[in-house]
Amino acid sequence: MDMDRRQFFKACTGGLAGSSLALLGFSPEAVLAETRNFKLTHATETRNTCTYCSVGCGIIMYGLGDKAKNAASAIIHIEGDPDHPVNRGTLCPKGAALLDLVHSQSRLKYPQVREAGADTWTTISWDEALDRIARLMKDDRDRHFVARNGEGATVNRWLSTGMLAASASSNESGYLTHKVMRSLGMLIFDNQARV
Amino acid sequence: MTNHWVDIKNADVVLIMGGNAAEAHPCGFKWVTEAKAHNKARLVVVDPRFTRSAALADYYAPIRTGTDIAFLGGVIKYLLDSGKYQKEYVRNYTNAGFVVNAGYGFDNGIFSGYDPQKRSYDPASWAYEMGPDGYAVVDPTLEHPRCVLQVMKRHYARYTPEMVQKVCGTPPEAFLKVCEYLASTGVPGRVMTILYALGWTQHSQGAQMIRTGAIVQLLLGNIGLPGGGMNALRGHSNIQGLTDLGLLSNALPGYLTLAGDKEQDYEAYIAKRTLKPLRPNQTSYWQNYPKFHVSLMKAWWGKAATRENHWAYDYLPKLDRLYDVLQAFELMSQGKMNGYICQGFNPLAAFPDKAKISAGLAQLKFLVVIDPLATETSEFWKNYGEFNDVEPSKIATTVFRLPCTCFAEEEGSLTNSSRWLQWHWKGAEAPGAARGDAEIIAGLFGRLRALYAKEGGAFPDPIRDLTWPYKVGESPSAEDLAREFNGKALADLADPKDAGKLLARSGEQLASFAMLRDDGSTASGCWIYCGAWTQAGNQMARRDNADPWNDGQTLGWAWAWPVNRRILYNGASVDPAGKPWSPRSHLTAWNGSAWAGSDVPDQRIDAAPDQHVGPFIMTAEGVAKLFVPSGMAEGPLPEHYEPFESPVAANLLSPGNPRSFSNPAARLFAGDAARLGKPEQFPYAATTYRLTEHFHYWTKHAHIPAVLQPQQFVEIGSDLAAQKGIANGARVKVWSKRGYIVAVAVVTRRIKAMDCNGTTVHHIGIPIHWGFKGVANAGYLANTLTPFVGDANTQTPEFKSFTVNIEKA
Repeated sequence: MDMDRRQFFKACTGGLAGSSLALLGFSPEAVLAETRNFKLTHATETRNTCTYCSVGCGIIMYGLGDKAKNAASAIIHIEGDPDHPVNRGTLCPKGAALLDLVHSQSRLKYPQVREAGADTWTTISWDEALDRIARLMKDDRDRHFVARNGEGATVNRWLSTGMLAASASSNESGYLTHKVMRSLGMLIFDNQARV
Repeated sequence: MTNHWVDIKNADVVLIMGGNAAEAHPCGFKWVTEAKAHNKARLVVVDPRFTRSAALADYYAPIRTGTDIAFLGGVIKYLLDSGKYQKEYVRNYTNAGFVVNAGYGFDNGIFSGYDPQKRSYDPASWAYEMGPDGYAVVDPTLEHPRCVLQVMKRHYARYTPEMVQKVCGTPPEAFLKVCEYLASTGVPGRVMTILYALGWTQHSQGAQMIRTGAIVQLLLGNIGLPGGGMNALRGHSNIQGLTDLGLLSNALPGYLTLAGDKEQDYEAYIAKRTLKPLRPNQTSYWQNYPKFHVSLMKAWWGKAATRENHWAYDYLPKLDRLYDVLQAFELMSQGKMNGYICQGFNPLAAFPDKAKISAGLAQLKFLVVIDPLATETSEFWKNYGEFNDVEPSKIATTVFRLPCTCFAEEEGSLTNSSRWLQWHWKGAEAPGAARGDAEIIAGLFGRLRALYAKEGGAFPDPIRDLTWPYKVGESPSAEDLAREFNGKALADLADPKDAGKLLARSGEQLASFAMLRDDGSTASGCWIYCGAWTQAGNQMARRDNADPWNDGQTLGWAWAWPVNRRILYNGASVDPAGKPWSPRSHLTAWNGSAWAGSDVPDQRIDAAPDQHVGPFIMTAEGVAKLFVPSGMAEGPLPEHYEPFESPVAANLLSPGNPRSFSNPAARLFAGDAARLGKPEQFPYAATTYRLTEHFHYWTKHAHIPAVLQPQQFVEIGSDLAAQKGIANGARVKVWSKRGYIVAVAVVTRRIKAMDCNGTTVHHIGIPIHWGFKGVANAGYLANTLTPFVGDANTQTPEFKSFTVNIEKA
């Protein structure tokens, strides 16, 4: 009988367990011992990099769903990438627990605003959030932009609004953030490298 | 890192100082273990605490926090006095023979050129003596009394083992034992690596601590060699990338720099940065600055950047001073700022003197937090009892909180501390309505641009003209952005050596920064990243881990800047005849017509050894600088200064001089000076640090790390505990002039009392990971305690050395 491991598990979960297992020539103990692999066999592997420190360990994320358009994906397991030249499949205690960060109950899901003096958050739409922020930024920039300094020299800077950029974000996000903020004349602009 | 993680396996000696790799970089530290197991390497750890790294060391020496320059200055003296340094390397590859101006001087802690009112130096007197040929004067015998080596001998004469003992509290036998380990690598064929991290950067003289380490490595001939180098282990997963991309208040991508107010003339701006060689035949690669700068401006402003408008020079803001984060919160606390955006950054927890940070945020009109997690900063206005005792009704700041993706839900590249750009792929959708950072920034910018188009406003030109060549404008893809920072040809590029040959056609991705031009025919958003996404595709996504030379270079894995080179300055791994110093080194060698080896050679490929092209191609000297004629705020040679809060009464290296007790060039705001403590009220040295189970203020949001280290604690030595009647596990209150925290005391023999010239110094260790948000037990933000003063060059806060008091709670 020509059957690979994946088909075998399908056969088992498809209701053929029990007596038919004996017909297949396998012992039930082997199946029970395989439960961990069983889950990952159905998972989609995605290569990624640990988000914590600057060692940059390679990780493999195991996700539900095959990335088809209508299949909802969810990461169910993360482990070290054995091909990676630095970590060779290993992870530290916090890297091994990365899954808990992905699914943290502290993850933010919707834009929110805390109005001046309020003691609660209000959920708002992305459009409302971005429209209001852009309005605040433009009004502040227009009011406080310094085109020339006291000596009449061209300086074109905006000092009344600043930004801290994320050094756990990708190079691509960082590059775009820099390009945009500098075009506004922003100088109060740093990332975690400053501290 | 000049070298990289796997390369640590090639070391004969590993010095960990100003860091704790076993705790903070566990999977990288495995290469130290590998070096010990398979290369007979010896690990030496110098630290105030007997750390997890020290537990695996062959030798551990204690040191008082903040005194690393005194210790390493002592090492420099030991090497120079004993002659146990790599003399051929020092003579040929450092500026040891360069003659310093007759006007240079040093008097009891202060260098020549100091202005006490401005607390800054004019470095003119530190310059080299220039010869009639227009080049710096060099004495190859190293005997000229004003040559750098002789200046160093005089400068470090005070740094005796006895002085090290008095300042650092390190017993002389321990200090000399460390010297012997280090000096064992001052010969060809033996190499040491130095691994450091925030334990060196977070001091008011942090940059000079690192320079002292680099001087030791240069004297030992350990820079550029496999298993050698100065290796900054760094912090966040892409802190190297954001540094490379210049997201700093005074920077542009690729270590280009913004102009100052006085640089109104574009040609002068360019000329100042276009370093001319100080010696004949040297590369001085910064001669190409105009090519990198013009290519950046073409990437950002495209057709609007023209030769006529100096490539849109005025589209960039100019600096009247450094706007670092301490300056920002000083302005904020004075009510001079209205808006602030925190993208994946939690300043309430991460910056010093929490009370000042909180008061500053409360002065803002609006605060925007972009983060995957609910941070303390986003709720600085909310009352969390003793952990955040504020009144929301009195805080008028409007706070927006925008949810963004985390690593698992996005693709792109991160640059690790080895300078490897590694691509990662998206595994799942983000929760709820969370968006990627690029989409959020694009959403803000699109709205701003539309508002300026509709209403006009202040200087809209750079906003109107910013290039936006992304296929999906509302959400630029990582691919489009990576292609842009790599760069492309804007016209057909003819080979300057052969006009009939094309190097690249218009529109093609460029293969390396050597192709960049200063005539507007190339665009590159970050010149050092040119080569990451070439015409051949995404080099960062490469996954060939083959190591054909068995020296760990894996050139087919991801892509390293610059030009996929894995070890910087590897041109110094060979002797002046082009032969490797060590038969074990395969990085590069002269094969009679070219340089070749297991790494990408850090030399012009056809520069024969008899041309004497120095291996430090980025310096105007062509060699490495033991003495820096300009560029360091507090002097050309590292000098010990006390931390701004010190447990001792005097700086013994410049006794009796009040100006040189602490770094004389460090900036201290008046309000913060009043918030510094004196040893009488705050007698104990304190230092903050990370634990292996946690990462800053993130992992308290994740269950397993929150279980592994659930509760806030501080570490104190058993001597101090006995003196104060504090039992292991008791609750203690720790306070500085700026505030207090309450935590559990871990009483340990891993922190010992030290004798510093008759003063008994106790250290208190303060892990940083708790706060009032997350799933771990709530705790106090450790930065409630830390002082608002930074390094004189970088303004990185002095988190590693300050003073506190302690009592049973």
